[in-house]
Amino acid sequence: MEGNNSSWLLWLADDALILGQRLSEWCGHGPVLEEDIALSNVALDLIGQARALLTLAGQREAKGRDEDQLAFFRTDRAFRNLLLVELPNGDFGDTIARQFLFDQFALLRYEALAQQTTDLELAAIAAKAVKEVRYHAAHSAKWIVRLGDGTDESKVRIQGSIDRLWEYTGEFFMDYGMDSQWADTGILPPLASFEMSWLKAVQDVLAEATLESPCADWMQKGGRMGEHTEHLSFLLAEMQVLPRTYPDAQW
Amino acid sequence: MVNDVLRRIEKRLHSVMDPELPFLTVMELGMIRGIMMESDTAVIELTPTYTGCPATDAITEDLQKAAEEIYAPVSVRLVMSPAWTTDWISASTRQKMAEHGVAPPEGQSADKAFLLGDERIVPCPRCKTTNTKLVSPFGSTACKAHFSCLDCLEPFDHFKCI
Repeated sequence: MEGNNSSWLLWLADDALILGQRLSEWCGHGPVLEEDIALSNVALDLIGQARALLTLAGQREAKGRDEDQLAFFRTDRAFRNLLLVELPNGDFGDTIARQFLFDQFALLRYEALAQQTTDLELAAIAAKAVKEVRYHAAHSAKWIVRLGDGTDESKVRIQGSIDRLWEYTGEFFMDYGMDSQWADTGILPPLASFEMSWLKAVQDVLAEATLESPCADWMQKGGRMGEHTEHLSFLLAEMQVLPRTYPDAQW
Repeated sequence: MVNDVLRRIEKRLHSVMDPELPFLTVMELGMIRGIMMESDTAVIELTPTYTGCPATDAITEDLQKAAEEIYAPVSVRLVMSPAWTTDWISASTRQKMAEHGVAPPEGQSADKAFLLGDERIVPCPRCKTTNTKLVSPFGSTACKAHFSCLDCLEPFDHFKCI
């Protein structure tokens, strides 16, 4: 069970780490200074969450791997993040759409963990993370409304971003057969139980933004099994090159 | 004897400043959750304000060095639970923040007004007007939001409620 618990922790940790790395690419490239700072702040929170979660995953795994070894010395097939978070940033609208869809899910997941999990160390990290993600979720939702209910151009483009990314949201609620184990051990309620709350939260914001909620009968999957898009390998190459070249480098 | 050492360490830690808010001590920010002796090691429990706060490593090092002036060995342990909250910042510390141009957290934690979409009224720390505007919920550091005063026209930081 401990082994399973550590691999489940990688689901959470890798979502935060990879999205944090993606968002950090915006640093110095934001459309306005305030938004540059905001995206970098969100990236920082996500990487902070990833550090705590990877440290815990390493302790549970009990093979002597710390946060750095898990972040920098695993290859793409060993990463368990959602496909959504590894996708390239695209334009600002694509980044905000991805953030909005993810934030609404992350908030529900951390709230459930903070309140319900029997894993006390995980609950402590979740209780901390939930305070940060509330700000992220409020911020990305405000941008969806601003862009959707903005100009003709911004409306068409943010609708396009939401439509294109929608097929990556099904993976939020796919348990890959792990749900019964978590439910039995009290780690987390079934992921599918978040789906309706997530959909309602997302649809409420889209309605306020005068945007259409997409429908999809087919959803992407694979990230939780280590089957990723090619984009992850390029991201890892950039993120991992320094520690792999100088494994004992000290800051 | 042990109590005396812990008291002296605590006294010393009262002068360790926060690197991002150098007019406040980490004690005043409520980041020290305990000082105790475990076998022969003095343990300082530190709670980070934000998980990703880059100052946490610097604070850990500063605490370690300061405590080692009194006693060795010292270990600084990060504790996540209970999660840090701005409620632990005292009234006098809030006052100090305002005097240094940072609008202190308003009232109780979980910035509900912002999160529920209302515009929070944060007075300008310089001219005291409440005619201010939220520019961005993310400011110069993880713990601050960016505001602008519509009367004196100065930008200012607001220490976010969490």
